[in-house]
Amino acid sequence: MEAFEKLVRQYDRQVFRIAQHIVQNREDAEDVVQDAFLKAYEKLDQFQGNSKFYTWLVRIAVNEALMRLRKRRTGRMVSIDEDVETDEGSMPRDLADWSPDPEALYGQSEMAEILRKTIQGLPPGFRVVFALRDVEGLSTEETAETLGLSIPAVKSRLLRARLQLRERLSRYFKRRDQKQAQDGAK
Amino acid sequence: MTCTEFLAQLDEMLDQPVAAPLRADLEEHLRGCEHCEITLNTTRKTIEIYRSHEIYELPEDLRDRLHRAIRAKCRKC
Ligand SMILES: [Zn+2]
Repeated sequence: MEAFEKLVRQYDRQVFRIAQHIVQNREDAEDVVQDAFLKAYEKLDQFQGNSKFYTWLVRIAVNEALMRLRKRRTGRMVSIDEDVETDEGSMPRDLADWSPDPEALYGQSEMAEILRKTIQGLPPGFRVVFALRDVEGLSTEETAETLGLSIPAVKSRLLRARLQLRERLSRYFKRRDQKQAQDGAK
Repeated sequence: MTCTEFLAQLDEMLDQPVAAPLRADLEEHLRGCEHCEITLNTTRKTIEIYRSHEIYELPEDLRDRLHRAIRAKCRKC
């Protein structure tokens, strides 16, 4: 039990972050973290030790989070395959360059709000791949294993998630002077 | 190399040291294509920004509540 508490302390922040990325709602994320750790505790004897504890735990948490999302939107199918058959973002449209230091354009909390709003617009199946791979730093292989996806599927979702986020962030981070120069030239 | 081909390989530029022959092709395209250069740089920045900002922080009070709940339930099982 004490050893388990140590694991909770070690991983609760990551699990919470991943849950938030999927469910996009604090109360649900809180429940997901609780349920995920409880499940992990119950199944501890099934943990084989041939994969890392962290990725095993993340797999439990992702499943819990998707279940929550499903419950919240009753009647709608929610799986990590949902809405991913879209071409959106596969070809960049906004080609204006960004300000050299976009982070200087906004305050900390405003920035966090922009980032939350932006990632919220992505389908869950893209959000989760981006969160695991780019935010939490899992490898492509670990992400594939955690989500039960093939490696090419992870790669293609990751690429489209990144391009969609980039496209959406462009609205906020575009060079202002460039736009004004264009307007002035009209 | 076309822009579409370049974009399909974007992760090669972002994620790992690219094998030399492919890298040369990608870099050659970049030298002649401002659009792909911008896309590459701003995508890299997108990842960096998401990595460096804690957008879903777990507040201490919530953390305490979580730990208490987990401890209470684990005792029962
Ligand atoms: Zn190009």
